[in-house]
Amino acid sequence: MTSVTTEAYEAAFDAAVAADERIEPRDWMPEAYRATLIRQMAQHAHSEIIGMQPEANWITRAPSLRRKAILMAKVQDEAGHGLYLYSAAETLGVSRDELLDKLHTGRQKYSSIFNYPTLTWADVGAIGWLVDGAAITNQVPLCRCSYGPYARAMVRVCKEESFHQRQGYELLLALSKGTPAQHAMAQDAVDRWWWPSLMMFGPPDDASAHSAQSMAWKIKRHSNDELRQRFVDICVPQAESLGLSLPDPDLRWNEERGHHDFGAIDWSELTEVIKGNGPCNEQRLGQRRRAHEEGAWVREAAAAHAAKRRTAQHTEPREATA
Amino acid sequence: MDTAAALALGDDALVLSHRLGEWAGHAPVLEEEVALANIALDLLGQARVLLSLVGDEDELAYLREERAFRNLQLVEQPGGDFAHTIARQLYFSGYQYLLYERLAADGGPLSGLAAKAVKEVAYHRDHAEQWTTRLGDGTQESHRRMQRACDALWRYTGEMFRPVEGLGLDAEDWVLLDAAWTARVTEVLTGATLTVPEGPRADAWSAGGGREGLHTEPFGRMLAEMQHLHRSHPGASW
Amino acid sequence: MSSSTEWPLWEVFVRSRRGLSHTHAGSLHAPDAEMALRNARDLYTRRSEGVSLWVVPSGAITASSPDEKDPFFEPSADKPYRHPTFYEIPEGVKHL
Repeated sequence: MTSVTTEAYEAAFDAAVAADERIEPRDWMPEAYRATLIRQMAQHAHSEIIGMQPEANWITRAPSLRRKAILMAKVQDEAGHGLYLYSAAETLGVSRDELLDKLHTGRQKYSSIFNYPTLTWADVGAIGWLVDGAAITNQVPLCRCSYGPYARAMVRVCKEESFHQRQGYELLLALSKGTPAQHAMAQDAVDRWWWPSLMMFGPPDDASAHSAQSMAWKIKRHSNDELRQRFVDICVPQAESLGLSLPDPDLRWNEERGHHDFGAIDWSELTEVIKGNGPCNEQRLGQRRRAHEEGAWVREAAAAHAAKRRTAQHTEPREATA
Repeated sequence: MDTAAALALGDDALVLSHRLGEWAGHAPVLEEEVALANIALDLLGQARVLLSLVGDEDELAYLREERAFRNLQLVEQPGGDFAHTIARQLYFSGYQYLLYERLAADGGPLSGLAAKAVKEVAYHRDHAEQWTTRLGDGTQESHRRMQRACDALWRYTGEMFRPVEGLGLDAEDWVLLDAAWTARVTEVLTGATLTVPEGPRADAWSAGGGREGLHTEPFGRMLAEMQHLHRSHPGASW
Repeated sequence: MSSSTEWPLWEVFVRSRRGLSHTHAGSLHAPDAEMALRNARDLYTRRSEGVSLWVVPSGAITASSPDEKDPFFEPSADKPYRHPTFYEIPEGVKHL
C-alpha cells in the first residue's frame, strides 16, 4: 500500500470518528486503535468471567430461595456478558482461545476489584450496589463507543446489568433494616468495598497512560476522574436511604463545586493488587485455569464427535437417482 | 392436594438445582455455564412452586433436617466430573419428563404445574442426551468417563419408579413409566456407543430410600452448606 | 494449550417476534450446528428475546468489502424512484 492510500484511509477513519459514525469490523483502522480495542475488550470480558467467582462463592449458601434464584441468574448473566464481549473482540481477528490463553498466563488483566474476597453474604449486596454501580457508570458511555460491535455488546450488557445493581441495593436494604447482626454485616461489607469501588475508575487523569488517545478515538467518552465524581455523587444519597455510612471522614458536599469532596485514594494499594499481591489473585486465576484444564477433555470430545459426523456424512453412499 | 407428593417432587427439583448451582464458575466451557445455570434456574422455579403448595418455601428448604427430605438419592449425588453431571441429568430428566407429561395429561391437582414444567424439562432432557452422545462417541477418554458415570449412578435409577403416593398413579402406571424410561435411555446410550449398565438398579439401601427420608452421606454435607447462613440468624428475613 | 480443539465460531440471528426478520445478535462457539442452536437459545434468548433462531458458521458468510462500498451501494443512491416519497400524490387520495 502506498503512503498516499494509507493517508486517504486514515483521513476517512478520522472523519468517521469525528462525525460520530461507527467503525465496523472490516473498515480500515489504525493498528493502535485495533490493539487498544482488543486489549480493552479482552480485559472487559475477562473481568466478567473472573467476576463470576466472588459471587458464585455464595450461591450454595444463599439464605432464601428467592435470593438464590436472583444470584444464580446474575452470575449466569456475567458468563453471558463475557461471551458477548469475547464475541465482539473476535470481530477484530483474535480468537477466544488466544484471549483466554493470555488471561491464564497473566499476559492480559482483569479488573482488580475481583481480587478482593467475599467474606459474608452482605458482600453480595455490596458488589451489586457498588461494584456493579461503578461498572455501569463506566459502561453506559461505552454504548456510544466508536467501535460498532463493542458498542452493540455494551447496549445488551447495560440493559441486563440494571437488575444487578438493583438486586444488590435491595439485598443491602433488607440487611440494614433487619436484625442488629444483619445491619452490622451490611455496614462491614460497605466499609470494605467502598474504596476498591472508587479505584475501579482507574488512576487519576494526570496519571492515566491510555486515556487521552482513547478519548480522541471515542472509545472512551469521559475521563476517569469525571466518572468517579459522578459515581460518588450518586452513591451518597443512596447510602443515606440505606441507613449505612460510607467510610470516608472527608466526604462532604461542596456547594461551590456542586459536587461531593472525598478523601484521598490510597493508590499504593491498587498498585499492589494489580501487581498480583491482592488477597485473591492466585485463587481467582487458579480456579479459572483449573476449570479450563479440567474441561479440556469435554471440549475435545465434542470436537471429535463433530469431526466423526462430518466424515460419516461425506462417506455415506449417495442415494441412487432413479 | 396431597402435600407428600408435592414435597417429594419439590425436593427433587430443589436438591438437583443446588447441585447444578455448584458448577457456577467451574464449567468446562463458557457456553455451558449459561446452559447449566438455565437448567438450575428452571428447577429452582419448579421447587419453589411445589414447596409453596406444602408450606413456607424457606422454612421447608432451610429448617428441615436431613431425614425429613423426600428427594431421590440420585439427585443428591455430588457432581463429580462433567460426565457424572450429564449422567445424573440424563437419568433424572428422562424420568421427570415422562412423569410430568403424564401428570400434565391427567388433569389432577399438579397438572397445571406439570404442563409448564414439562416444556422446561424437555429442554433439560435434550441437553443431557446431546451431551451423552458427544461424550460417549467423542474421544476414548470421554467415552471411558461417560461409561464410568453411567455405571456409577445406575444403582440410583430403580428408586425413581417406586410409587409416590398422592400422584394418582397406580402400580401399573409406574411400570409403564419405567419401561418407557428404560427404552429411551437404552436408545440414547446405545446410539452414543455406550453400554447399558448391567448392575442392579437398586440395592437394599437405595430402594425407595430417599422418598422415605433415608439419604446418602454427601447429602448431609450439602445441607450443612445450604442451610448454615439461614440457620445462623433465626427469624431474620433476607 | 492447544487451539486445535477450539470450537468453530457461529453467527446468531434472532427473530424477536413473528412478522419480523431475523436480526444479527452476535456470535458464539459450538462444536456443531445442533449445539450452536442450543447455545444460542441459552445465550441470546434468556429473557425471551426471540421466537426463532438461525445459526450460520461464520466462515460461510461472504461479506461485501468496505472498499467496494461505492460500486456496491452508490448506484442505488441515485434511484430515488425506488422510494415511495419520490411520488407526489394529490391531497385527499387515501390508501396509497
